[in-house]
Order: sequence, then structure tokens, then C-alpha cells
Amino acid sequence: MAARETGEAPAGDIGLYRDMLLIRRFEEKAGQLYGMGLIAGFCHLYIGQEAVVTGMESAARDGDQRITSYRGHGHALAAGMAPAAIMAELLGRESGASGGKGGSMHLFDPARGFWGGHGIVGAQVPIGAGLALAQKQRGTNDVTFVYFGDAAADQGQVAETYRVAQALALPVLFVIENNSYPAGGGLSGAGPGLLDRAKAYGLPVQGVDGMDVRAVRGVAEDAVLHVRAGKGPYVVEARTYRYRGHSMADPAKYRTRDEAARMRESRDPIDSLRASLLAEGAAEEDALRAIDREVKEIVSAAADAARAAEAPGDDALHRHVYAEV
Amino acid sequence: MATEIRMPALSPAMEEGRLARWFVAEGDAVEPGDVIAEIETDKATLEFEAVAAGRLGRILVPEGSEAVKVDTPIALLHADAAVAGTADPNAAPRPAPRRGRGTALAEPGWPAHVHRGPLIVREALRAALFEEMQRDESVFVMGEEIGSAEGPYRVTQGLLDAFGSGRVIDVPVTEAAFSGIGIGAAFAGQRPVVEFMNMSFALQAMDQIVNSAAFTHYMSGGRIACPIVFRGPNGAAGRVGAQHAMCLAAWAAHVPGLKVVYPFAASDAKGLLKAAIRDPDPVIFLENERLYGRAFEVPALDDHLVPLGRARTWREGGDVTLAGYGPAMAAVLEAADTLAAEGIAAEVIDLRSLRPLDVEAVAASVRKTHRCVTVEEGWPQGGIGAYLAAEVTRAAFDWLDAPIGSVTGADVPMPYAETLEELALPRAADVVAAARHACYR
Repeated sequence: MAARETGEAPAGDIGLYRDMLLIRRFEEKAGQLYGMGLIAGFCHLYIGQEAVVTGMESAARDGDQRITSYRGHGHALAAGMAPAAIMAELLGRESGASGGKGGSMHLFDPARGFWGGHGIVGAQVPIGAGLALAQKQRGTNDVTFVYFGDAAADQGQVAETYRVAQALALPVLFVIENNSYPAGGGLSGAGPGLLDRAKAYGLPVQGVDGMDVRAVRGVAEDAVLHVRAGKGPYVVEARTYRYRGHSMADPAKYRTRDEAARMRESRDPIDSLRASLLAEGAAEEDALRAIDREVKEIVSAAADAARAAEAPGDDALHRHVYAEV
Repeated sequence: MATEIRMPALSPAMEEGRLARWFVAEGDAVEPGDVIAEIETDKATLEFEAVAAGRLGRILVPEGSEAVKVDTPIALLHADAAVAGTADPNAAPRPAPRRGRGTALAEPGWPAHVHRGPLIVREALRAALFEEMQRDESVFVMGEEIGSAEGPYRVTQGLLDAFGSGRVIDVPVTEAAFSGIGIGAAFAGQRPVVEFMNMSFALQAMDQIVNSAAFTHYMSGGRIACPIVFRGPNGAAGRVGAQHAMCLAAWAAHVPGLKVVYPFAASDAKGLLKAAIRDPDPVIFLENERLYGRAFEVPALDDHLVPLGRARTWREGGDVTLAGYGPAMAAVLEAADTLAAEGIAAEVIDLRSLRPLDVEAVAASVRKTHRCVTVEEGWPQGGIGAYLAAEVTRAAFDWLDAPIGSVTGADVPMPYAETLEELALPRAADVVAAARHACYR
């Protein structure tokens, strides 16, 4: 497994704080650059949901695999992918992780076990089960983390995948990131019984407060233990909250500004952990401030490098339609 | 002066074989093409012919010898045919060439001396799967009823016993999921062969096939490859109605990132499937139920590979080019016979590979014949024939003496009634009529 390119994370809970903060600052910068017209198309920010991927990934080890949807910047960072390569991809630059051909929704880093980055709602779910099948066939006991949202859980292929994963006892950990609002909010929140559906297929399930990174870590450790032991798939529903619209194009009029502000004030995963760390004496204010500065620098450097990078050359148009052998 | 005749290789992988029989004796005169010996391996038999004229000198390896290494000198040949002595009256008479089942269609292009036997398409496909699974342990098959039920069309018969349930995977009726699962495994470097019980059902999985399998290599800037094969019976099968007779050829060939093949002959079924499994890109491998039991006359095909993207010429002719693919080739070949009787020499091309499409093979033929008809069972609008006609026109416009004709399936969902179904598929008579029209006859 390739090393993290997101910098050294301190041990323990301070590491969780740093990883979440890096995602937060990265996404805020992406939002800014989108506003400046430097990022185009669809851009789905992860702000508010940082505790989910950070907590889950804290239970992963080298060799584990992960796949997610179009809301994947946070997962890419959690996998240790270079922030500069991600930001350059968001700007459609040659130095981007996908050479500028994928964009915000299509980030990949197979060397770090990160398989995207998929734009079709729910389609990454069977693909993730396939990654797990490959691990099983090779006799590893690695776990594949498959992340998807509450809306994706409504897709038929998710149910199909539960069925096959259960039948083949695949080493896959499904993580439903229930952020409470499907795109546009036309339906009143997430569909019913997200975990009951999986349970009906015979999968073990566990819900968790997705705004509490330590709680997520605890549930992740249990789930990973189950899957790594060869006992088959497992489903976690993390109840979380995204602060921004579904994408930059979504004004999120289906909820009040007050609601989002209240959430941010009382439940923010990063602020909550920061307060706990200070209250418990587990971290000094100065140390946390140093992390804030370090993270800001990483993000600024990534943005500066992306802005300075070249657009892909015309010769890139026809490359990579097929594998070059 | 004597030259050495050496033990031949029946395939690139062959290292040794049995010299089963000499058909000539020391002192016999031989001509190029004369069968002089029979060589056997555990997989195949080859009649070995002389490549030069002369008189057989000393036999160095007697018949019945086992484990003769390839390239070992087995006899001497003297280049003095003019003084060839009298043949030994006691020498074994040369056997008449063996023939396969009368129903088998002889495939063109194999050297005349090579022993041929009948091979049905189903067995060719099964052999391809077996050989590739044996060669590479990352190859596995997945689909509905393919394991203990041995496959809805028995293509996967015996694979479960040979390779176990870890590599011959039965899945529930979940086309989108098991296609996506295959794709994920392919991303991770496995070589899945995903079977659809019917290609009509692949429409349930079209999102995964296109958005995930075909596009991810491009979207990832080349970081992820998807070496997967999707295969299954495609197109009309005989009285199954519209929802089980879908031809996916043109749909799939529309998509950059996919490769598409549709073999007609047994050797192509085997060689293309093996090549598809080894290919680094996703391949849609189309079969047809009416062809599964069809026999073709072919030599033993040990590790036989057919490269994707190359058409095959079934017969040469100077008057009109007939370019078809898949089961429509049966109508094309029958039409060529009829046309020959009328004095129209058709050049028959089997496209085999629909993406990449061997436009140049057809264009080169058209530069010779100046006329062309495309033939397919799929629908006309946006079809392979329509695209081929446009490309050939571009490539060989100055050589064309007539508009390129087309014969396609009727522009209707496949009907059930026998009479209507027959009308919906291209018949030899349709091809003959189109060829005559192109020849202004």
C-alpha cells in the first residue's frame, strides 16, 4: 500500500481531529474555487459528514479497499491521496489524479485502495462487492468499505448486492451515510428502514451517530472485526448531516438556514471533538492551533499548485479509451 | 544432397509428440503436399506433409516412437527426385483423407494438409473457458445457473467440477449487481467472464456495462483497467418473442471503451473468447443459440487465439463483397453459392469483431469488387451495416460502382409467430436479391 500523501497524522484522537479538519478545509477551499468559476460542473461537498469516513477509516488497515459515490473528496483524502492531485482534478488540470478527465466525481487511487469516485447513484455498491470478491478469491482477509448515501440505498442494485454479498459471504462493509436529505429534498428525508432492508437479507446491521467520530470508530472496529473474520458482509448506517446543498447547484431550500446553523453549532463533528479533547486534557490549545495552521497550508498549497497547473493537452482526448498495451 | 525432415510442432505450446505412422518408405519419391507421416499429441493429430520434392532417405525415427521432441530430425530427404527409385511395393498404402461429419461446414484458411474434424460452437466456447481458467487462476466465470446446473446452454458444463465454486460462481437473478460485482473484481485485477442467460437481460445491466466497465479507464486517466468479458446468447433464438431476441451488437459497438465480437464459426468462437479473456479491456462477447450446436470442420485448435479487430474472408470473388457477421453468415454463405451458380462471384467477409471494426478489410475487398452488401440480423437504424457503409464509402468511394446495399433484420420487435419471425430475419434470398441489385442484374 502506498504511503499517505496527506501528511503525518498524530496518533490517537488528535489524528482523527486532524483528518477531519483536512477534509473540512479542503472542501471549503473547493467551494471557494467553485464560486470563482475555477471548478465547474457538479461538485458535491462533504462538509458536515467528516466524522463518518474518518471514523470508519480509522478501523482500516493496509490492504483494505474502499469505494464511494460522487461525494468522494473526503474519502480520497481519508485514503491518503495527495490533496494537490485531488484539487488539480477538480480544476480539470493535467496534473489531476485522473489527468483532468474525471473531475470532482471521478477520483481514483488504486495504489491506496481507493476505487472512486462514481457518478451513477448506487452503482459503486456492486462494484465494491466485486472488489471484495477479488480479495476473497485471493485468500486475503482484507475488508472492502463501500460507502453510499441514503438516496442510493433506494436503488434496486443495492438490494441485489445485499443478496449476492450475503449468498457469497463477501468481505464487504457497507456504510450508509444517511445525511438526511436526498438531492433536492423533494421527498421528506431519507427513505424508511435503511437498516431493516439489509436485515431482511440476513445481513448484520448497526446504526451510529455519524456526527461523533469516536462513536463511528467504535462501530467500525466491531464491523471490521466481523468482516475480517470471514463472517460475511455487514451494514452500518451513520446518521449525519451535510451543511451544504446536495451539490453546488442545490440551494437546499428544503430546510431552513436556522436548521443548518443549529446543527453546526451544536453537533459539528470537528468542534465537538476539539472541545472534548481540550476538556479531557488530551490536547493543548496550542497543539490544535498548530494542526489548524498545518492543514490550512496543505490546502492552500494544493489550491495554488492546481491553479498554476496546465490544462490537459489536446493529445489527451483520445488516450485511455482503451488500455495501452 | 540430403536435408533433414524435422519433428513438427502442432501448436506453439507443443514440446513433443508421438510419431504414429510413416506413410512413405525409404526410397519413395515425394512431392510437396504429400502426406508422409502422422503425428499425435494427447490433444490432436496432424498429418505431416512434405514441403519439398525429393526421395526419402533414411528414416531416423521409426513409427510408433513416443515422446519425440519437436525439431528432432526424423528422416532425410534427398533432392534427386528425378532419379527416384521404384516405390517399395510393401510400403503402407496412403490412407484416404479422413472426413468429419457431413453436416459440418468446412472453415476456410487452414492449410490443406492439416487434419480436420468437426467442432461445435458450444464445445469450442467451453474449451476456451477451460483452457483460460487452467492457464490463469485469476480467470473465473459467474452467472445464473452456470455451476451445478451446468449452464442454461451447457457452455459451462464441467467447469464446476474442474475449478470449484470459488471460480464457477452461481449468482441469484441480479443482472445489475452481478455485472457490477464482476466489474469490481476486474478493477482489482481478476479476469471475470460474466454470463448473461440471454443478452436481452444485459439491458438490466447496461448502466454497469457502459458507465462503469467502459468509462472508468478513461475517467481515471488510465489508472484503472477493466479486463472483463460479458458473454451470452444474443439475438434471435427461434420463437422466443421480442424480449429474448435482442441483438446487442450495434448498441454495444456504439460505446467507446467497449470491444464487441460476434463469432460465427467454431474456431472463431474459441479463438476470440480466449483473446477476449486475455484482453485488458471490457469485451462484449456475443453468441447465438442457433449456432451453439452447429459443427464446423477445423483442425485441432490447441491454444488457438484470434486477434480482436480482424475480419475473416470465407471465400474470394471479384464481383461483389458480402460483409456480414454472427448467425447472418449462414445466409450470406448460402447466398454466395446461389450467386456463383448465376455467374456472380461473391467475396464473403465475416466481420467477427464489431469494435474494433475491420473497415479496411471490407474497403480492400471493395476496391477489387466495386460493389458491396452488408448483412446483419440487427435493426437497420444506427446499425453496424450503416456505419460500415459510411466508412467504406469514405475509404473506397472512387472504386464503388453502385450504392452499398444492406440486408438487416426487419425494423420491428421480434415477433413470435413462425411465419413472421422468418420474415423478420435476413434470408439467403434477401442477400441474393441485394447482391443482384448491387450488380445491376
